[in-house]
Amino acid sequence: MSRAAIVLTAVLAALALVGPAAPAIDAQTARPGTEEVVHDIASQLRCVVCQNLSVADSPSEMAGQMRAIIRERLAAGESPADVQHYFVDRYGEWILLSPPRRGFNLLVWLLPLAAVVVGLAATAALVWRWTHRRRGVRTAPAAVDPAMSERIRRELERGS
Amino acid sequence: MTADLGYGMTLIALGLAVYGGVAAGIGARTGRLALIESAQHAALGVFVLVTSCFALLTYAFLTFDFSVRYVATNTNLGTPFYYRITGVWGALEGSIILWSWMLALYTIIMIVRHRVGARELYPWALATMLGILAFFLLVMTVAAPPFQRQVPVPADGRGLNPLLEDTGMITHPVALYLGFTGFTVPFAFAMAALITGRIGDTWLVLTRRWTIVAWYFLSLGLLIGGWWSYHVLGWGGYWAWDPVENAAFMPWLTGTAFLHSVMIQERRRMLRLWNVSLVIVTFGLTLFGTFLTRSGVIASVHAFTQGSIGVLFLSFLALVLLTALGLVAWRWETIRSEGELDSVVSRESAFLLNNVLLVAAAFTVFFGTVFPLLSEAVRGVKVSVGAPFFNQVNIPLFLSLVFLMGVGPLIAWRRASLDNLKRNFLWPVALGIVAAAAAFALGVRSLLAALTLATTVFVAVTIAVDFTRATRARLRVGESLLPAMGGLLLRHNRRYGGFVVHLGILIIALGVMGSHAWSVQTETTLHRGETAELAGYRFRFDGLTAVEESNHFKVVGAFTVSNGRVLGVLRPAKKFYPQEQAPIAYVDYRLGLREDLYLVLGDFARDGSQATIKVQVNRLVSWIWIGGLVLTLGALLAILPERHKSA
Amino acid sequence: MKRLWRWLIPLAAVPVLVLLAYGFVLSPRDIPSPLVGRPAPGFALATLEGGPLELATHRGKVVVVNFWASWCYPACYEEAPVLERNWRGYRNRGVVVVGVDIQDKREAALKFVGDFGLTFPVVQDLKGTVSVDYGVYGVPETFFLDRQGKIRLKHVGAVTDDVFRTTVDRLLAEPASQ
Repeated sequence: MSRAAIVLTAVLAALALVGPAAPAIDAQTARPGTEEVVHDIASQLRCVVCQNLSVADSPSEMAGQMRAIIRERLAAGESPADVQHYFVDRYGEWILLSPPRRGFNLLVWLLPLAAVVVGLAATAALVWRWTHRRRGVRTAPAAVDPAMSERIRRELERGS
Repeated sequence: MTADLGYGMTLIALGLAVYGGVAAGIGARTGRLALIESAQHAALGVFVLVTSCFALLTYAFLTFDFSVRYVATNTNLGTPFYYRITGVWGALEGSIILWSWMLALYTIIMIVRHRVGARELYPWALATMLGILAFFLLVMTVAAPPFQRQVPVPADGRGLNPLLEDTGMITHPVALYLGFTGFTVPFAFAMAALITGRIGDTWLVLTRRWTIVAWYFLSLGLLIGGWWSYHVLGWGGYWAWDPVENAAFMPWLTGTAFLHSVMIQERRRMLRLWNVSLVIVTFGLTLFGTFLTRSGVIASVHAFTQGSIGVLFLSFLALVLLTALGLVAWRWETIRSEGELDSVVSRESAFLLNNVLLVAAAFTVFFGTVFPLLSEAVRGVKVSVGAPFFNQVNIPLFLSLVFLMGVGPLIAWRRASLDNLKRNFLWPVALGIVAAAAAFALGVRSLLAALTLATTVFVAVTIAVDFTRATRARLRVGESLLPAMGGLLLRHNRRYGGFVVHLGILIIALGVMGSHAWSVQTETTLHRGETAELAGYRFRFDGLTAVEESNHFKVVGAFTVSNGRVLGVLRPAKKFYPQEQAPIAYVDYRLGLREDLYLVLGDFARDGSQATIKVQVNRLVSWIWIGGLVLTLGALLAILPERHKSA
Repeated sequence: MKRLWRWLIPLAAVPVLVLLAYGFVLSPRDIPSPLVGRPAPGFALATLEGGPLELATHRGKVVVVNFWASWCYPACYEEAPVLERNWRGYRNRGVVVVGVDIQDKREAALKFVGDFGLTFPVVQDLKGTVSVDYGVYGVPETFFLDRQGKIRLKHVGAVTDDVFRTTVDRLLAEPASQ
């Protein structure tokens, strides 16, 4: 196959991967309607009668009622931050699916980051040590135990 | 009678397991073969007994034997035949039997495979496995006995949890448990290696296939769980970062790290300490998973029950971790191997990076899962850590890992020359950039989507580059195309199996990206005849019907779907089970390669004049299941016995 | 590496195990309410009989607001007689019990009230706004309001005679205005 043909095939293959996803783009370019905003707010709130689902996702009746309340409050002119604050005011921090980044909660955000950084640093240090150690070993001549070399000498004499 | 027989068998099995573990241990220590053989017989006895218990319980289910309390709680006269079988492992006690049975099965297989080939390690591995088996049998006897008598015998049972009346029930727990219990064998051999001091490569090579099998089943279990969640639970998603989902994901992450780091130990004799620790952590995480599910310590969708069982599991987890890690500390001097690397730019580095990222991801998931506990312990304030957190922190890690998938297999061992880098990565990088540009030109504005597309194309092209180059080499020698490709796959099945698995992961990654970045949804109340619109689809509410089923009552809504032309009718429903407090949403969906239509029925008026529905158009979700199939093929290819030992 | 540092490896597991053990002491479903000590959110709903009920009209009395549902078994079924009993005992002493039925159908609520012979006013929170206002996350939940209309106690789960009487007696003993 000629070079050009290979390139063309490759580009087409790459596009083929992207292609099926393309018509979905309208989802992003449309301006966020009210339902989108409701969904955004609701997806940050924990559904109180479910285990770990967001109010946006939960099919329970209570979650439906909570979404209706969000809709009403938005329609009454409240901002998304106000609406979220209302729920926190009634239920406590627990109702937010992502702990607010303040105080002690920063730990859950920072510690994973620290783990990655520490891991990378430790790996880097190890890799550095291993690559430099190798060179060190190669340049230094092996030290031979004098007793051993004496034994070898005697063995050789005996052999010859 | 059934209950007593079952209980008796459980007790004897427990006794045999304890005896076998001790006998194998003493036999290993003193070298007395007779004891080891006796332990083998004990293991066989345990397997026969546990199988009989399992069969007996199934029989009780099938014959509606409500004199057994477990049967009465989990089935009723209306439960369909099919679910009377799968219901056996639908609740706590049955799940422990399933786990024990798999452990026993794996023990027998291990005995058959390794009793001849692994003289020094085998007895200790046997002792370890029997010890773990004994623990689960202890749980079965003391904390979660499946054969308790129900007195007086009720006329009808309570019934199976309606969410479990699904085909997922036959595969999800089975696959997941096969994965979890599968990691017991590498762990057992690691313990044997630590105890005997033979911490070289023997234990690794022995357990390599076990690791892949366990890893595969765990992956399968996770994927099926996602599918089940998607089509049963009615919330339109496949992964909620629920604590128990996390508990299954963590050993998968460390297991994947282990799979890769063993390759470094095999090649370069490095990382022995790391590998032993990794397999211990992986096994510990599987125990942690069962602990979370059954202790009620962290609220979750899966929570079975609370009580003494949690204490048992935590104690065992403590025993395992302290003993195993204590052994590691004891053998510290022997395990430590000084590593040697020629260059930073090498496959070894790529694999090390892979491990760092995977373990960091596992740590993130772990810390996020237990953080609510920590917060309450320290501050006295309850917080929630859910999907938004996990997604935000993990997505960069996963994307980096996908990128590494492209780098690792192609970059040279020891030292990658500039020439090697150019040869292998020029095309992939170029096409990755092209893909990103094409995406941008087509209107993609989400950074996540663009990065994912670029990365997946990069990795896909690296796989293509390797495969075409290797095939070309064979063609030049005179082979024809198909035999060349086939021969390549079969002769180097580990390598190409791995490539196919990576390909599966790529497809899954695209599915996840599509569903996250491009899915839309809306919720609206419709009167009869009214239409909801979303993403070019129209959903017309036609009305409600009420249906009486054998064990529940359901209200079904009919919605005609069209996008220019009529596509069909979707019928989401609400099922009302007498034993459940709230109705169960039954979703209806229309799957497609590009997008899924997904309908959930909400509130409705009694007379059927109006209904609230949640409509979702989920993009590329099917790619996740397709990727799972590809992953399966890759794993099967990798497990095949090797024809040729080569790079 | 010094001989003893290696033992950090198994020891590292200990804090994690301790944390998990601590989890046994907690109840993941027991969430403290931020509303305790604050003025109770007002509401105006229709009773099952059809008449209006506004919380503000009961200012000056000790109010027990009980959130329940007919499908909440067994807890709501256990506490219904307790509430009725204590309502009858305390109604002439400046205490009012208000039941708020949530996520229920009217017929089911009426049947429940009829079966237990409940005589205290019961309203239906059809849209769920009141239950969210009170931070209700399950049923049953009971709020004890003092005479100034402040929430003084939130009880999660079935109310017992003991809890009812101790709390109401304490609130009754307080001066009417402060």
